[in-house]
Amino acid sequence: MNTLTLWLHKLGSPPTFYRFAGAVRPWLLAAALLAGAIGLYGGLVLAPADYQQGDAYRIIFIHVPSAWMGLFIYACMAAAGFVALVWRIKLAEIVAMECAPIGAAFTFITLVTGSLWGKPMWGTWWTWDARLTSELVLLFLYLGVIGLYYAIEDRRKAARAAAFLALIGIINLPIVHFSVQWWNTLHQGSTVRILGPSHIAPSMLWPLLAMALATKLYFGASLLGRARVALLAQEGGKDWVRALAQPEGSRP
Amino acid sequence: MNPTRKRRMTLVLLIVAAVGIAAALTVYALQQNMNYLLTPSQVLSGQGADYKTFRLGGMVKSGSLQRDAHSLRVDFAVTDGDHDLPVEYTGILPDLFRENQAVIATGHMDGGRFVATEVLAKHDENYMPKELAEAMGKAHAKHHVGAAAQEPTP
Repeated sequence: MNTLTLWLHKLGSPPTFYRFAGAVRPWLLAAALLAGAIGLYGGLVLAPADYQQGDAYRIIFIHVPSAWMGLFIYACMAAAGFVALVWRIKLAEIVAMECAPIGAAFTFITLVTGSLWGKPMWGTWWTWDARLTSELVLLFLYLGVIGLYYAIEDRRKAARAAAFLALIGIINLPIVHFSVQWWNTLHQGSTVRILGPSHIAPSMLWPLLAMALATKLYFGASLLGRARVALLAQEGGKDWVRALAQPEGSRP
Repeated sequence: MNPTRKRRMTLVLLIVAAVGIAAALTVYALQQNMNYLLTPSQVLSGQGADYKTFRLGGMVKSGSLQRDAHSLRVDFAVTDGDHDLPVEYTGILPDLFRENQAVIATGHMDGGRFVATEVLAKHDENYMPKELAEAMGKAHAKHHVGAAAQEPTP
């Protein structure tokens, strides 16, 4: 077995993961705050106003990174859920389940900021076009996963049932992404493209990418923190948790 | 990989694939029904006849916008490049509404006119600073003039 697989195997064990996550989390959080500060300053202060929308377009520095995260976190949740279903690794179950609230929060932010922008620009808060509707379905999928997880008493069975729902819901991801191409929608098409030129000036693009990085780092930090707490809660009474609690318990 | 895990993996992948195919077929079947809007060409070819109210989408035709001096009523034509359709609307228009802007109007046909109850402006995917847009506009205009000058006059 090579070093990387060995390391991954070790990381799957709760005590190792707990220590690793505790060590990495502050760095991720600090990097997220730094990238977020740079991105927001660049987006809200340095970037020029848009030729059509004026300053109102600046909501994209929140809206677009959040929307990307909504999709990205769902993919992470489904991947972890797949591992949990096939290999029955406890850590994968916890990671999948702790992804859901973070993803739901980002999706909610996407819907709210989009709505705030839609009223002055489009002339409506909400419309049932394919992009908006599929994004709302994404939020409901997240809420469904969270709800199912907490509806079942046994933590591990609950995680597997919810992971299955998460995996089925992955069908919605291409629908959200391609809705603006497949159907006539009120929502505009993609501005930033990985392949081919983006339809945005470089002075507006870099703060957007900085914000995308910041949200990714924040997701990492938040997920590690949540997973640590969930691990402690589930593994309570095991030797390694007791060993962690001992020094504090023996203090006067 | 041991047999149990292999079996579980096959099962999970099969179910996801089955649901994926079902979703793809549904999306494909809905393709026609899920149209958010009709274009002027589609309306003029009679596709709007099935609906009492529907959404009309297209560009506001350049030079067609007329505002009533004493009320909120506006008249304009929506075009998709091939055909135009006259539209009337009474109410407040969104910020992005202007000539040559993509709009989506909800309403019904009244004779040959489309009476809108709501007009939404569709934003395109381009973001750029004002200076750049002006520079590009100038370059564009120059190009137009240049192209027109090159055309042989009859």
